[in-house]
Amino acid sequence: MRYLLSVINDSDSQATPEEDAAIDVFNDRLQAEGQWVFAGGLGGPASATVIDNRGEEAIVTDGPFVESKEYLVGFWIIEAPDLDVALKLAADGSKACNRKVEVRPFL
Amino acid sequence: MSAVDVREAITRAHREEWARVVASLTKRFGDLDIAEEAAAEAFATAVERWPADGVPPNPGAWLTTTANRKAIDRIRRESKREDKQKEAQMFYDDEPPEPPGAIDDERLRLIFTCCHPALAMETRVALTLRMVAGLTVAEIARAFLVQESAMGRRITRAKTKIKEARIPYRVPAAEDLPGRVSGVLTVLFLVFNEGYLATGPDTDPVRHDLTAEAIRLTRLIRTLLPGDGEVAGLLALMLLIEARRTARVSASGELVPLGEQDRAAWDAALVAEGHRLVRERLAARVAPGRYQLLAAINAVHTSARDARDTDWSQIVALYDQLVHVDRSPIVALNRAIAVAEVDGPEVALAAVDRLENALAGYHPYHATRAELLRRLGRSQQSRAAYDRAIELAGNTAETAHLTRRRDQLG
Repeated sequence: MRYLLSVINDSDSQATPEEDAAIDVFNDRLQAEGQWVFAGGLGGPASATVIDNRGEEAIVTDGPFVESKEYLVGFWIIEAPDLDVALKLAADGSKACNRKVEVRPFL
Repeated sequence: MSAVDVREAITRAHREEWARVVASLTKRFGDLDIAEEAAAEAFATAVERWPADGVPPNPGAWLTTTANRKAIDRIRRESKREDKQKEAQMFYDDEPPEPPGAIDDERLRLIFTCCHPALAMETRVALTLRMVAGLTVAEIARAFLVQESAMGRRITRAKTKIKEARIPYRVPAAEDLPGRVSGVLTVLFLVFNEGYLATGPDTDPVRHDLTAEAIRLTRLIRTLLPGDGEVAGLLALMLLIEARRTARVSASGELVPLGEQDRAAWDAALVAEGHRLVRERLAARVAPGRYQLLAAINAVHTSARDARDTDWSQIVALYDQLVHVDRSPIVALNRAIAVAEVDGPEVALAAVDRLENALAGYHPYHATRAELLRRLGRSQQSRAAYDRAIELAGNTAETAHLTRRRDQLG
């Protein structure tokens, strides 16, 4: 079972060196324990572009699809047998990156 | 067997077997939705058939077998979806639960799933009442004053989340157990309190259906986790409160405070059972948790034959312990009420006033202040505090009581 752990940023601050170090330790652990699938950090909402090609031509919009103080700043995709395990990993991940984490299952 | 006997047998089977049927089907089919629907169909079949065929010698086994058949029928009907069904099966953990002394009962897994911390509190309450207690969606909706369709959606959403997010069907590991049991007890106490102090202008002041259901579920948890002190404590607390139910509301629908209740009207059997549980916990010599301390406080109250004989210093001592495990300002408020009886209203009022920031929107805070100010002869301030308490109180019997007390100020 795969889960997406979304890291929510609620300030403009970037990860500090301490946070980056803690994230590395957490990533190493996920890999060592076989729970790692993929992870990554994202550019800020200002770097986003939205494309809507449902109509006759693709419409390009500068900026994120929704303006919000809270935005996705990174994610992990993990392998876990059930939500209890995923929540425990998310708790450790949240501690490591010092941000809120949303847990969602892949269908 | 008379029609009445059959009806009673069905009611009893529903009370005793519902959770077991749902739990055993959830284990077998890995799907709460199928389990719930099949259990409901099995009971409907019993209502149809038992009056003509007679009550089977083992109603529980009959119901489980019938429900199993109903579930298989449904899965066959939906055979195209069967593969998907298999994929979406709940995660059933075959490991026996770790805590020593715990009975590996399917119902325990069901309760922990329904009270999972990833579900919103109101969802946990609704799901527990539906899946474990067997209340209908309509009954639960009525109990919480929401539309039946809204309650139905809430329960459906919860079942979808359990399945999609894979909330496991298992008893938590030993290290997580205390926290998770405490989460279950919170749900049960919430159900009890909603019954005990029902809110809403046209609502009965005490909803016996909810208090009875909460007690029944807590008894069930106690048979499943007999060694857990807080489970025993919560059961004792509920019993000692429930024992005073009829004495608590007057014939005219007004709340009667503890000190003015007719103690002969208390239910002696419930009091005795509550006291027995409190003594059992005292004998265990383990530091008591929140519910055990609250139960002990209620045991002191219910031990006094006359309100004047109440051992208030014992109650203050218990509250002193309680503030260490529960730092809520509500506990501090209740402690102050006991302090008034030992050290006088002036000392108590000073303690209450310190809680203003935390409790300004909580009607018992203003009611307590009003009562203390009255005893200090500060009528004008007392009246203002009663006004505020009446404004904030939602329970009809309480409003009636507070209004009378205010009008007595003269």
